[in-house]
Amino acid sequence: MELTDEKIIELEEQANNIRISLIEALIKAGSGHTAGPLDMADIFTVLFFHTLKHDPKKPDWPERDRFVLSNGHICPVLYSTMAHAGYFPVEELKTLRQFGSRLQGHPHRDFLPSLETSSGPLGSGLSQAVGMALADKIDHGLTSSRRIYALLSDGELECGQTWEAAMLAGKEKLHNLVAVVDRNNIQIEGYTENVMPLEPLSEKWLAWNWHVIEIDGHNIEEISDAFEAARAVFGKPTVIIAHTIAGKGVPEFEYDYRWHGKPPNKEEGTLALKELRTLGGKIKSEHQ
Amino acid sequence: MLNSSLKLNTKMFDEKVEQVPIRQGFGEGLLSAGEKNPQVVGLCADLTESTKMNLFADKFPNRFIQIGVAEQNLASVASGLAAMGKIPFISSYAMFSPGRNWEQIRTTVCYNNQPVKIAGSHAGISVGPDGGTHQAIEDIAITRVLPRMIVLSPADAIEAKKATLASVDTGTPVYIRLAREKTPVMTTESTPFEIGKAQIFWKSDTPKVGIIATGALLHKALLAAKELEEKGIEVEVMNLATIKPLDEKAIIELARKTGRIVTVEEHQIRGGMGSAVAECLAKNFPVPIEFIGVDDQFGQSGTPEELIEHYGMGTKNIIEAVKRVSKRG
Repeated sequence: MELTDEKIIELEEQANNIRISLIEALIKAGSGHTAGPLDMADIFTVLFFHTLKHDPKKPDWPERDRFVLSNGHICPVLYSTMAHAGYFPVEELKTLRQFGSRLQGHPHRDFLPSLETSSGPLGSGLSQAVGMALADKIDHGLTSSRRIYALLSDGELECGQTWEAAMLAGKEKLHNLVAVVDRNNIQIEGYTENVMPLEPLSEKWLAWNWHVIEIDGHNIEEISDAFEAARAVFGKPTVIIAHTIAGKGVPEFEYDYRWHGKPPNKEEGTLALKELRTLGGKIKSEHQ
Repeated sequence: MLNSSLKLNTKMFDEKVEQVPIRQGFGEGLLSAGEKNPQVVGLCADLTESTKMNLFADKFPNRFIQIGVAEQNLASVASGLAAMGKIPFISSYAMFSPGRNWEQIRTTVCYNNQPVKIAGSHAGISVGPDGGTHQAIEDIAITRVLPRMIVLSPADAIEAKKATLASVDTGTPVYIRLAREKTPVMTTESTPFEIGKAQIFWKSDTPKVGIIATGALLHKALLAAKELEEKGIEVEVMNLATIKPLDEKAIIELARKTGRIVTVEEHQIRGGMGSAVAECLAKNFPVPIEFIGVDDQFGQSGTPEELIEHYGMGTKNIIEAVKRVSKRG
């Protein structure tokens, strides 16, 4: 479905609200990851507010699409998006990482059953999504309209298991599987191309018989179009390589791998919230 | 004497006792599970025939997925299938699953609470000529430590078939430990089987030692009991086919009755079934225990019989352990 200009503004504002809420949660938590959650806010927004077939009031609806977050450490953006989508109160984000909270440091289904998977250890999310897509294929064949979405980080592509899963998905021609790679070029110890080069990246996926789409991961229209284009691909799984800016939305945090695994302190958080709130105003003015 | 109420194979001590690989029972059990329940699916890492999953794969090609040599993927793909309502059975050699893919089993199966059934074939030292790399003697330790995991270690092919069928409906992850070699058939189709229930296979009027065995070595334990009886030493032999959840009541009762225990398993002594028994008894009813198993070593090539003897798990060793434990204070 094509997006109207009004819808694009609405989604951009939503993404900005999601960023604000996740920064607030991280400041309160005092630990957690910042860069990835900020740079994935646009993609999560398009998925949860436009693309995904789901019902936040009925999370176990059997006909729903499935969304698998592989790199569980970016869960602040998942929790913030789910809260804004209506899975639980936005207020609850303040309990992130605290004892007894449903919002565990890494996602855990025992605590928050509306999650499709528990995750944290990198590299196994794509395998689980492949299993879901296979189950869907066994039950509904090659014409299934259900989609299984798997969100991966670029750093976790260094885990061999990801490629075991990619091979299997290519072999089984899983048209109902869509992987999104957050290509933000950073990981905990530095830039991916210094730690362990991933390029040429799209060629790797092509080699395992995937359909590859590359997009600007902050352009709402491009994100939505890519998911739409993936629906028209038959006989192959699709990977969307989303080029993103680590820490997107807070200029002081952007492009810097040091924001991978730490939260903003009070002062940095106040600055980030100021930047994001100002950005909210810009969204409207840019589109006017 | 053999416990007649369990309807055991009375020919189990004959020289020409029927011998069937335990993994064969898994293959037949999975086929039968597939016929009964359309949600059962099978996944294998390039060892379909050796793990006997081929019986299922041939009958239900649409419910069988060949994963290739990729055991980490094997476990996590199964988790995804289970998340969609399937009941996945995964099979490989125990060394690779649950060996190589332990973290995937911990996180994507157990932590995720998905009812994946893990069949680990070629467990134990009796794998023989393949040598130490392929002899899984740590698998009980690494599976019984996982919350939610049920650990089954059938003693023969018939029991393996029943264990496989029983694992379908637990709603939990299950590990089923299978041996490669032909194993004497000790039970019959009429022998009862229930997950979590230990059974006394050899009874005595005034037993002085309780032998607790699991897997194929149960046969050696029964041979030892028979030989000891002929020498006037009364023992009881328990088949502990479920290592987790442990039948604590039955184990405590046996310890109470005999006052001395010998555990027998084709596994490292550290962390295995004997350790589970010791944990239970140390807390509830401390008695002297002797442990038969591999003592902190790796295996090597040889015939199963040579290896069982070399690593001290034969009938002779069990008899010695019974005598040793009898002398302890």
